Amino acid sequence: MSMVEAPPPGFKLSMLINDSRYRGYTFQTIAFIALMCLAAVMVMNAAANLERLGKDISFDFLWQGASYDIYPQLIPFESTDTHFRAAMVGVLNTLLVAFFGCIAATVIGVIAGVLRLSNNWLIAKVMAIYVEIFRNVPVLLWILLIMQIVAISFNNPLDYRGEDPTATVVWGMFAFTTLGIYMPAPVWNPGSGVVVAVFIASIIAMFFYSRYRKKVLFDTGRILPGFPVMLGLFFVPALLAFFIMGRPIGLDYPAMGAFTFSGGALIGGPFIALWLALSLYTGAFIAENVRAGILAISKGQTEAASALGLRPNRTMSLVVLPQALRVIIPPVISQYLNLTKNSSLAAFIGYQEITGTLMGITLNQTGRSFEAVLLGMLIYLLISLAISFMGNLYNASVKLKER
Amino acid sequence: MSGTHAHSPSANTAYVQKTIIEPSPPPASETGAMKWVRENLFSSIPNSLLTLLTLYVIYQALMVVVPWIANGVWGTEGEGPNSLDECRQQLEGAVGGCFAVIRERWQQLLFGNYPKDELWRPTVAFFGLILAALPVMFVKLPRVLLIFTGIFPFVTYWLLWGGTIWAPVLFLGTVVLGYVVYSKLVGQSFFMGILGFLAVVFIGGNFLVGPIADALQGIIPISLSDVESREIGGFILNFVLGITCVSLSLPLGILLALGRQSNLPIIKGICVVFIEFIRGVPLITLLFVASVMLAYFLPPDANFDIMVRVIIMITLFASAYIAEAIRGGLAALPKGQYEAGDSLGLDYWQSMRLIILPQALKISIPSIVNIAIGLFKDTTLVSIISMVDLLGMIQQRIFNTTEWFGVYWELLGFAAFLFFIICYGISQYSQWLERQLATDHR
Repeated sequence: MSMVEAPPPGFKLSMLINDSRYRGYTFQTIAFIALMCLAAVMVMNAAANLERLGKDISFDFLWQGASYDIYPQLIPFESTDTHFRAAMVGVLNTLLVAFFGCIAATVIGVIAGVLRLSNNWLIAKVMAIYVEIFRNVPVLLWILLIMQIVAISFNNPLDYRGEDPTATVVWGMFAFTTLGIYMPAPVWNPGSGVVVAVFIASIIAMFFYSRYRKKVLFDTGRILPGFPVMLGLFFVPALLAFFIMGRPIGLDYPAMGAFTFSGGALIGGPFIALWLALSLYTGAFIAENVRAGILAISKGQTEAASALGLRPNRTMSLVVLPQALRVIIPPVISQYLNLTKNSSLAAFIGYQEITGTLMGITLNQTGRSFEAVLLGMLIYLLISLAISFMGNLYNASVKLKER
Repeated sequence: MSGTHAHSPSANTAYVQKTIIEPSPPPASETGAMKWVRENLFSSIPNSLLTLLTLYVIYQALMVVVPWIANGVWGTEGEGPNSLDECRQQLEGAVGGCFAVIRERWQQLLFGNYPKDELWRPTVAFFGLILAALPVMFVKLPRVLLIFTGIFPFVTYWLLWGGTIWAPVLFLGTVVLGYVVYSKLVGQSFFMGILGFLAVVFIGGNFLVGPIADALQGIIPISLSDVESREIGGFILNFVLGITCVSLSLPLGILLALGRQSNLPIIKGICVVFIEFIRGVPLITLLFVASVMLAYFLPPDANFDIMVRVIIMITLFASAYIAEAIRGGLAALPKGQYEAGDSLGLDYWQSMRLIILPQALKISIPSIVNIAIGLFKDTTLVSIISMVDLLGMIQQRIFNTTEWFGVYWELLGFAAFLFFIICYGISQYSQWLERQLATDHR
């Protein structure tokens, strides 16, 4: 048996490769230098190419007049405003469709996922078919298809005109036209602020009541009434305030003018198509996540709950769902991210969000492709990081607290 | 005395049953179809309502779809109908699809503007693809078939783009030579092996293949007519992009995943930033980069095909997602596996190649297949930068024609059908594979 000899003192160049103490530094240095070289080559190429084409990199175009119109606009926008403001309108439109898309996709996904596990054979099969069809066909195809449905099945605005219109406004409120859906818009008269404040206060009260209810349940085992109180809190104070203040909030109904509808609010057709397609597509993926999450909870949990004498709906809400949520939430957050990124497909059907404004019309008008695409990517990156940050916060709050 | 046991058990007693009574059938509601219906469709009042509602919805949907398909007009080659108007005349007001558009335009839908006389080339390539995929998909097939899988990319390149056969043959030769160099050097260190392989392929591919191929072409001319990248379109474009990008992004994704797990801070940092950046932006912006930005970063005299640029960007996009899938597999392995590798005295690459990666890849196969399906679906986005894939063909080349203005459902439905068949098939295969590979608990 020979003793392990101590490494000879001193440093030899070959140790950079052969000695595991130094090898890491060697490789990292090589990788770093290689990266820097690659970056340098790319920058030099870019400089040479830009010079050859007589271009430069400048973001001044953001402050020039945009001279195009955007619809919808969440902040006021005139065609004389700058490209920067156009980009901001685009960002807000992205967020708008992503926000409503995520809500609808969650609702659709949870319903479809739970119903796919239903003991009703027919409904389970129908949901399975929905999930498979939507998951296995490109989202772009769904967007185009639903856009066609909107364009074909809705009426021409002109049908509502004249003495004897061929199309009628549903319940006097909703007009389905190829431009989009006209619907009543709220009118805020003086005093409406009080109603809104009361409504917000009652939402906060609902939140506190549900925490109090949980506390009473955990401390004493007493179950306070849940749903009826919530329902009352939701409607009663706001309605009371509404009538006491003398009905300050009115509705502005859409009415057919000489050529177009006046009054009311218009939800554009492209928005509806994009929103529907994204929610149905992402909903199918969320349904799979929900189903997997529920199936991941072992059957023993359900059986333990029924052995304790819990009724099925309480088993679901107190035992299965809280555990399933931990499994469901991480993949659902990544579906929200996908939905937000897929909203960039709006460019195909003319809903003007950031891809349509900054990376579409602005790019074509100014020819600043380099800067526009770079900015657009940064904006998407920020939105994605924000969503995953919020998701991680929520995820941390429901995570299993191990001791 | 005689009254108490008057009767011994004899033939005329009335109450002893000598034959077995046939068990009476269960109540009608507890057997067969009735029971199934009761339990699965009408187990409670809400369930029954739901069932009836669903049946009504299905009925309504079928009332639209069935006549549309049954009355559909396919027509015949030569005599038409060759436009939507002729279709409508033939339908005489009945509800029905005008599938004649698929009959008339199927070449365009599947092959794009590929030269009409050369359509056998993508067709052969497609069947070659099936043959090449089989040994990869089914481990039980003889391993010799993998040779064909190895040759397939070069053959397909030659078939689709044409030109002299010597370029792909020589390139294949360079790759084989690179492999020989790799197997010589891998004894020393895996890293050196890979480096040697890359060096041979780079030098051979850049400097030697071109001139030698020209020379050989002069001696023995075997070639197919050239086809430009922009002539390749339709469904085969989706295939070319999807398969090329997935196969190229696999090695890149493995490297990125290993880099992200590594304890070398600079390498880890590079990989994290790359992966998170790519995953944070939509594919469409990367396609914009391919079409307008990438050209700036390449040497001024280099003239990269749009197809090559798009393949580069989609590969980078896919590799970030695949890296995350593989990272999941790496993280799922018990720590003991890493320690086992170390205690056997294997170096980093040996323990990765022989112990860690085979297990991690197995775990991540389902998510990798999901990413591949997603990527194949996402290849439809290339129509935004005016590459005409299947959807681009429909939107930009057929919707706009005067003959077929207004046939939306037939064409979009056809595209959806094609994508569904392939994606659903792959996902079913992936589930089957998952069951095959489940070795841990049975």
